[in-house]
Amino acid sequence: MPLKTARRAGRRTGPRKFSNRDLAVIGVLLGIPILIDLALIWGPTLASIGLSFTSWDGIGDIKWVGTDNYQALFSDYPPFWPAVRNNVLWLAFLGLVATPFGLLLAVLIDRGVRFSRVYQSTIYMPVVLSLAIVGFMAQLVFSRDQGALNAVLGNEDNPVDWLGDPDLNIWMVLIAAAWRHTGYVMILYLAGLKSVDASLKEAAAIDGAGEVQTFFRIVLPTLRPVNVIVLVITVIEALRAFDIVYAINHGRNGLELLSVLVTDNIIGEASRIGFGSAVAVVLLTVSLGFIVTYLVQELRGEKKG
Amino acid sequence: MTVTTRTAPVRADAPAEPAQRKRPRVRPGRLGVHAFLMTVSLAFLAPLLLAVYASLRPYEETAEHGYFSLPRHLSFDYYKQAFSDSGMGKYFVNSLIIAVPGVLLTLFLASFVAFAVTRLQMRGGLVLLMVFTAGNLLPQQVIVTPLYVLFNKIDLPYWMSDSMTMYDSYWAVLAVQVAFQVGFCVFVLANFMRTLPMEIVEAARVDGAGVWTQYWRITVPLCRPALAALGTLQFTWMYNDFLWALVFISNGEKLPVTSALNNLRGQFFTDYNLLAAGSVLVALPTVLVFLLLQRHFIAGLTLGASKG
Repeated sequence: MPLKTARRAGRRTGPRKFSNRDLAVIGVLLGIPILIDLALIWGPTLASIGLSFTSWDGIGDIKWVGTDNYQALFSDYPPFWPAVRNNVLWLAFLGLVATPFGLLLAVLIDRGVRFSRVYQSTIYMPVVLSLAIVGFMAQLVFSRDQGALNAVLGNEDNPVDWLGDPDLNIWMVLIAAAWRHTGYVMILYLAGLKSVDASLKEAAAIDGAGEVQTFFRIVLPTLRPVNVIVLVITVIEALRAFDIVYAINHGRNGLELLSVLVTDNIIGEASRIGFGSAVAVVLLTVSLGFIVTYLVQELRGEKKG
Repeated sequence: MTVTTRTAPVRADAPAEPAQRKRPRVRPGRLGVHAFLMTVSLAFLAPLLLAVYASLRPYEETAEHGYFSLPRHLSFDYYKQAFSDSGMGKYFVNSLIIAVPGVLLTLFLASFVAFAVTRLQMRGGLVLLMVFTAGNLLPQQVIVTPLYVLFNKIDLPYWMSDSMTMYDSYWAVLAVQVAFQVGFCVFVLANFMRTLPMEIVEAARVDGAGVWTQYWRITVPLCRPALAALGTLQFTWMYNDFLWALVFISNGEKLPVTSALNNLRGQFFTDYNLLAAGSVLVALPTVLVFLLLQRHFIAGLTLGASKG
């Protein structure tokens, strides 16, 4: 709202807003990033959609094949549905387990306990690690023969192959991914909680609201902007997941993910670019659902001021 | 929302205030909270400690007794080996060649876009903001193929790239990193700049300051906390990146340190202790950067996160 009034006032009363030098500065410094964004992000996105309707192998002619790739993808590409299932699991696990856990930790730490900075740093630490390293550490903990988990459980005589068993490994990887995601969510909520007006909470307490009640009725609603960011980040992380399974076993044997299928088809020996693009478009379609939701939220927030 | 607008910048400048707020009030329930937080912290730290522990022990020992056994020999030999044998120094340099200019360029471009969108009252500013933000949210794999083709088609002179194309050069990875991350930074910085009073820029305008002065001399210095937080985050992301280098670089000598770790595995696939030492070495810079800039980091993030 202030933005709009200022804009109107500026236009009515001000002299000419920009000098030629100003226009040059704006042109160059706005032009470069816009150009980069269009050329390297949005252009390729559109091109990917186009390529998904072709049977291109990267070298020969680009031949239009209509929806053949999509039909093949849905009906006879064995890793596709497991990959979809795993991506959905990823989303559910991060969204329903890791995110609420991160929120809980943020709330506890924000209550002002002693050593809060130590707890905060420790729990955030995994976030700064590369997912490739997280994947490697998962092997240290979960490997069948010398892994720490089997040693802790004391079942060395009959060891569980946590990462090799295709029914089990996805859960172990999810735990490893959640290890990182929790810290990320925690720090975002912690940041959000610090800016919640303390008098709101006090007022609620005076009115006789319990701590839990205050949190769900007063604090959580005022955190809406953070909630939106966390939701978007969760979805995107779930769909983008790649490094960790790639580091463990190149995304095979129970660890299939859509992102891995795209990479395999495009940069693997098969070089089925048209097909890989079709997988990418499926991924894109799901993401766009959430991106649009987010943008609508942003727009609404903007209108309210 | 208006509340957060006002309180957030103040907090960042006065770190003493939250510290004061945190002074513990004595209550028995606290003990339970501490026990819980301590357990969680230890659980979160455990894999890291295990990796460090494994890296200090010879492989034969852990192969025989497992990673979870008492030590007989402890040494830093694996660190020496991981560093020298794998030529990790070179890969570190590769990572820095991409990450350092990448972070600076991203912050510079993004801060101007954010400035233009929030401070110049241009038409279409919001649309621009959304184009950038949404671009950052796209799955990376969607744009891989067209970029691969594009980079193979762009010829570069030999002094810029020994492959003579943009493909298989640092430029490719740098360009994608910047393109992708500008979106996120624009988003955070625009949120931050909205919390700065408009009057500052308006006053400068009345005094005859041009757009560049309003941006570089007036707005950027005020954004220092947000820029520090973003710088930390961006360095971590660019340094940790794995996919772009995998796709756009074919010459093993140019790989960043994260992918080099994978090479280490290829050569010595049985020696997990060596890999552990390598992982610790690779993780060290980001952990250090985080620990050093932690205060700025959380303060700066507060400003971005509190205004969705």
